[in-house]
Amino acid sequence: MRLSFPHMGNLYIPIKTFFESLGIEVVVPPLSNKETLELGVKHSPEFACLPLKVNIGNMIQALEKGANTIVMAGGGGPCRFGYYSEVQREILSDLGYDFEMIVLDPPKGNLLKLVKNIKRLIGDNSFKKIWFSARLAWKKAVLLEELDYADGMARVSKKLNKKKANNLFNYFEKEIDLTVSFDKLQCIENQMKECYHDLTPSFEPIKIGLVGEIYTVLDNFVNMDIKKKLEDWGVYVDKSISLTEWANTNLLLRLLNIHGEKNTEIAARPYLNHFVGGHGLQSVGNTVLYANKKFDGVLHVLPFTCMPEIIAKSILPAVSKKYNIPVLSLVMDEHAADIGLNTRLEAFVDLLCKRKEGMKDEILFRS
Amino acid sequence: MRIGIPRGLLYYLYKPLWEKFFAELGLEVVVSKKTTKNTLKKGIEVTVDDICLPVKIYHGHVISLKDNVDVVFIPRLVSIKNKEFICPKLMGLPDVIRANIKDLPPIIEPTVDLTSSWLGFYRAVFEVGSYFTNKNTVILKAFYKATKNFKNYTQALEKGARPDEILEGCCNLLSNKAKFKILLLGHPYNLYDPFINLNMIKKIENYGARVITPENFTETIFKTHLSKLNKPLFWTLGNKLLAAAYQLKERRDIDGVILLVSFGCGPDSLIGELIERWIRKNTDIPFVLLTIDEHSGDAGLNTRIEAFMDMIERRKAT
Repeated sequence: MRLSFPHMGNLYIPIKTFFESLGIEVVVPPLSNKETLELGVKHSPEFACLPLKVNIGNMIQALEKGANTIVMAGGGGPCRFGYYSEVQREILSDLGYDFEMIVLDPPKGNLLKLVKNIKRLIGDNSFKKIWFSARLAWKKAVLLEELDYADGMARVSKKLNKKKANNLFNYFEKEIDLTVSFDKLQCIENQMKECYHDLTPSFEPIKIGLVGEIYTVLDNFVNMDIKKKLEDWGVYVDKSISLTEWANTNLLLRLLNIHGEKNTEIAARPYLNHFVGGHGLQSVGNTVLYANKKFDGVLHVLPFTCMPEIIAKSILPAVSKKYNIPVLSLVMDEHAADIGLNTRLEAFVDLLCKRKEGMKDEILFRS
Repeated sequence: MRIGIPRGLLYYLYKPLWEKFFAELGLEVVVSKKTTKNTLKKGIEVTVDDICLPVKIYHGHVISLKDNVDVVFIPRLVSIKNKEFICPKLMGLPDVIRANIKDLPPIIEPTVDLTSSWLGFYRAVFEVGSYFTNKNTVILKAFYKATKNFKNYTQALEKGARPDEILEGCCNLLSNKAKFKILLLGHPYNLYDPFINLNMIKKIENYGARVITPENFTETIFKTHLSKLNKPLFWTLGNKLLAAAYQLKERRDIDGVILLVSFGCGPDSLIGELIERWIRKNTDIPFVLLTIDEHSGDAGLNTRIEAFMDMIERRKAT
């Protein structure tokens, strides 16, 4: 079995670690790039949302690299993502690829199917080995998030210049990726603490909350590195969605059925009173929470035609008005271009600066 | 008390149920007038640009109603079948309307959610009923009459009448005289609002064809054909389209299939792809996909329908 999976941000690092330490051969598709997108757009339905198109591109590139099994997450709706796997299987087999797709669906009354699929993936590995692999992968996921945060603060506080920050980030990402032992990871963590110390900026930066659809928030290819872009301008960006937190609430707690009503849902209630699939409800709720935390603005990113986020997009102006916080919705699709994004971000940040008196000169630094 | 029902979205499916229920409760039911250019214009003014056409038009209907009624009925239809959903946009509909339109009368917004339990439906019925009366017997009686009315409607549909014909009261079943049968696939709010689809049904039938729609098929057809699916689909309206397409392999009387989708429709972007691939692989029935939005023009649609019908006519002749 030569296993592959589509990309979402740097999620490939923990996933690869998990399967490789179980002794499975993993084929990581090339990091999403222009060619990926072109392939995806060419073979996907025209009005499908961007994640499906990028996924298709990833899968084709993986199959070309020799993968013969694709593992894909499923879902129970109402967001389109839950039916991705079926459409992708159809498209890829019509293209003539010979492969098997293993879909991990959340157990909605069909726990057996999930267990069976997981069993197919992990084979005869002992429970102990699975536990160690999972622990290693999880640690990597946590470290990558810490790295992302530290790197962001280093950029915002201007303690490191852009080039140095890039180098350091790439160095650590590679180290985390290549490490296979848990102890070594601990060393890397210490090393990270040394390199990224004293990150408190000497000024009070503009603070922006990033809300929206999970794939667009987490995948830097799709959101065109929006976070780093802003951080290089000295703007602090808080991602409302983190992978580890999402996994915690959605995989562990929901499986055990002990997740209660979350803060975001309560905060969203006056504006959106029902779950609408994906992260639509969270986008509205988090915007309210960011306003309460006195953030200067909120960026809302979504793929074109994303249903849950269109609901959020319809409602966010009302929230923005009520809480007096600027909100900018950015719609991403295969035609989105760097320049267009830059212009809008600059205008938005300018606006936030004007609102926040006395910060004007210090913060707007463009490289 | 006057209750307003916007003529849009699932109104075309549930009119006989809703209208009868409210009438039996002793309310004056006001349905917004048929969609016009003005309805669309009003709707576009208040909505975000990437929401789909039927929702924009629904906004227009709510605006036209809001000053003439005491309450508006905007149900939150989450799920009308176990483990299935309608569409995220309908799940957030009352909230979106409230965010977009100012000075609204009170909204009656029952949540109809059958995802986990069939009881969800009755909960919604009593939630609506108790707004107007505190006598449960009255609600039950009204509900009974409404369901009876609704049943007659669905039976007529299964016999081959189309919702637009029944709602207009002009049921002329020319199926015997018709030269061809065209299966028009799409969501009810697109198929039965002649403004949205630029009078498409009439246009097709002018070529001597009989148009049948997913509403003409029985529940059993859906069940048998959907069991083939690798993974059950979680959109009720999408399921209808898929099943209607899947049965084409066994039916020999359909001469052509037209799939009508609104621009930016999420579920249809995937289902349309599945249907198209399936029809091309498993049948030799001509298929065309037409996308409509607020910029669709009569001429463009005419050309395409004309070409499609010409082709079918020629195929039939040979």
